[in-house]
Amino acid sequence: MTVEELEKEQAPKQARLGLVGWLRWVWRTLTSMKTALILLFLLALASVPGSLVPQRGVEPDKVARFYQQYPTLAEWYDRVQLFEVFTSVWFAAIYLLLFTSLVGCIIPRTLTYARELRRRPPAAPRNLSKLPHHAEIDGDLTAEEAARRLRRLRFRVETGDGWVSAEKGYLRETGNLLFHVALLGVLVAVAVGSLYGYRGNVLVVEGDGFANTVAAYDRFIPGNQVSAESLEPFSFELRDFKATYQVQGDKRGQELDYSAYLKVNDSPGAPARDYELKVNEPLEINGTQTYLIGHGYAPVFKVTDGKGQVAFEGPVPCLIELKPTLTSGCVVKAPDAQPTQLGFLLRFLPTSVPLTDGSYASAFPGAVNPEVQVLGVFGGDLGVRSGEPQSVYELAKPEVMRKLKPLVMGTKVPKPLAVGQKLDLPDGTGKLEFTGVKEWITLQIAYDPGRFPALLASGTAVVAIALSLMIRRRRVFVRVKDGRAEVGGLTRTEGSAAGFAEEFADIVKVLSAGDKDAR
Amino acid sequence: MPAEQLAGLSDLFVVGAVLLYVFAMVAFALELAYGQARAGAAPARRRLVAAGAGGPGEEIAEDAPEPKVVQAAPWAAKAGVAALGMAWFGWAANLGAIITRGLAVERWPWGNMYEFVVAICFAVVTAFLVTQVRQNVRFLGAFVMLTAALGLGFAVKVLYTAAGPVVPALNSYWVAIHVTAAIVASGLFTLAGVSGVLYLVRGDGLSRLPSRADLERVAHRAIVLSFPIWTFAVIAGALWADRAWGRYWGWDPKEVWSFITWVAYAAYLHARVTAGWRGRAATIVQLVAFACLLFNLVGVNIFISGLHSYADVAGAR
Ligand code: HEM
Repeated sequence: MTVEELEKEQAPKQARLGLVGWLRWVWRTLTSMKTALILLFLLALASVPGSLVPQRGVEPDKVARFYQQYPTLAEWYDRVQLFEVFTSVWFAAIYLLLFTSLVGCIIPRTLTYARELRRRPPAAPRNLSKLPHHAEIDGDLTAEEAARRLRRLRFRVETGDGWVSAEKGYLRETGNLLFHVALLGVLVAVAVGSLYGYRGNVLVVEGDGFANTVAAYDRFIPGNQVSAESLEPFSFELRDFKATYQVQGDKRGQELDYSAYLKVNDSPGAPARDYELKVNEPLEINGTQTYLIGHGYAPVFKVTDGKGQVAFEGPVPCLIELKPTLTSGCVVKAPDAQPTQLGFLLRFLPTSVPLTDGSYASAFPGAVNPEVQVLGVFGGDLGVRSGEPQSVYELAKPEVMRKLKPLVMGTKVPKPLAVGQKLDLPDGTGKLEFTGVKEWITLQIAYDPGRFPALLASGTAVVAIALSLMIRRRRVFVRVKDGRAEVGGLTRTEGSAAGFAEEFADIVKVLSAGDKDAR
Repeated sequence: MPAEQLAGLSDLFVVGAVLLYVFAMVAFALELAYGQARAGAAPARRRLVAAGAGGPGEEIAEDAPEPKVVQAAPWAAKAGVAALGMAWFGWAANLGAIITRGLAVERWPWGNMYEFVVAICFAVVTAFLVTQVRQNVRFLGAFVMLTAALGLGFAVKVLYTAAGPVVPALNSYWVAIHVTAAIVASGLFTLAGVSGVLYLVRGDGLSRLPSRADLERVAHRAIVLSFPIWTFAVIAGALWADRAWGRYWGWDPKEVWSFITWVAYAAYLHARVTAGWRGRAATIVQLVAFACLLFNLVGVNIFISGLHSYADVAGAR
């Protein structure tokens, strides 16, 4: 900020205010440095609850749990938008005010700056020894020679009768203005991305495929301006999935690497190509990115009902219960089973080992000795056809569960099933076969047209802020008189006086170069 | 050398660095305690610039004599030089710890909080020593050494993690870019934070602590340097998040606190040019920003779970 701006800011406000005067006062206050400062504080402060309270856009399940635990508090939180801080009205109010203030700040400063760029450096002051940096050079340095040397140092130079005035470091203000404009650019890019972009999650089991349509997603979050037809029409099949784990030492069982092997069709008619999808290496098709974000097991089961007919057959994705060993919980539903519908609660152990107390647990996340524990088998109406939304990870709602008849309870089947083994249900109600192991992956698919603009703007911001902070605006004056030259210098940037001292010494050296006795 | 031996060597280096930092701290403290007292307001310091003699390190002349001067003990300056030597040795040991750890795990040695804090301590000391090469800031030595020794001690006692591989998401060249930038910026911010605390502790009067003007200058320069680096680190993090998680910004707790830290330091830079906010108020803003940085480093990793839960601290989840 310049001294003039400072004075303007501190000047007493007019006592009598009409509407125009009042508006002007609002605008002045809003665009003052103090307001900017306070708004910056508010912005920081307002972000804090966003990290302490679970956010709907980030962790929806945690928000749901919060609702169960503290229903009244949750309602209040919801009322003041604490579950979506960063899209809340009050958060938007703060940053919009800040950016209004920013615009109000940038425009006048850009005008001032443009004028300043065209102005020549001012005449040298009479007494150079009063300047913060001062030196004398003996010898026959002429004003013309001094001007030439200063120009070579990339100073902007003005000469007069026996004096030279030079200025440098205009890029500082350029950087500062560019930085603030770039911040506006980031805001716009983020806004564009959230209006025209979308994001979705999907779980795919080995052997299955995915086609990029809204219906194929498990969760789909579109921007306001996204239509179902605008999705990039690619598809792929998950051929194989491989994960490797640390086998020895302290970190035994830690994931080392994993890859999903895809067969991709970039568009409906296009030839299929192979693609190895890894963490940190998304698949990109025309700006739509597919990311590998998680994986787990999907054991394959076959359920035969009491009439000897196959009531269910296929892989069942299991939810991870213990991450270090990938112990997972699975639910198998066979609503078509006769005479009674069947439901199974199972636990999948990738590397099953017997414990001393007779129970079993998984010792390692890789599928070394995959086994399935039967925790419970239930007969009766599972409520699948009730029309209510069903979760594939839950056998039935508690009220439905209560009406089911337990056919097998966990304690009666201590030995888990290995691949190929089966469990006969009592009273000829059917049997469950564990036939194989597949793996599933979870993907995030995202399209965000604001990505590159945001990158461009933030890249500009970094460069510009570096310019703004590293470069100092400085003036150097030379007066030549009677075979002696006086040099004076000052910097308009506070806090960098020490750094300028070094540069000033160098400038003096250059000015006196060729003269042995320079110093 | 096999990995286990390298890892063991790295642990030894850390202990060595702590000891050397503590010795250096004591020596710096002796110089400070028996050296000359300084006035609070910047004394009329003359710079020998016009004379231009010698390297930049000798540019600043001795303090101009104050009306009431507490005389320095004759050996005080020698203690300072010895302290500087020990600080350099500690620095070398700290560097050795990082390099051997990196060789032992065959990746960039900042994959968990332990390694990260060891690296930040190294960055703090580096920032101090490099500044010292250019201008005399020995007056900060004792406090910087204390900070680095405490930081390393905290890393060893609380955060220690045996050498080992990292989760796949961390196996990326982005670690080199994003985390390195964060470490460098954190080191400089810490140097500024140390100066800021001293600024507040020190009154305006005669004191053996460095003058307020000196402290503010050091802090400002460190922040001016680290703010763009921090900005870059945050953006590099966004780029990495874009590769790894499918969005460049998702308000994950770590991202939220990086943003808060960034805004707070921007507020400091504004406070420095706002009438009525210079000096003490700006210093307080700077320290609030530093507290945000520390909370992001320690608090978020330990108390708040999120995608960034790579901390790998025992009992942190
Ligand atoms: C989006 C929020 C903002 C951020 C993150 C931000 C950031 C920054 C940073 C980092 C600097 C330091 C550059 C330097 O010292 O040269 C700066 C300087 C400056 N900012 Fe902002 N700014 C913001 C909003 C504003 C607003 C709203 C105003 C106007 C009221 C403003 C006016 C200024 C001015 C005048 C300077 C120059 C200070 C100087 O000459 O050193 N800024 N800003």
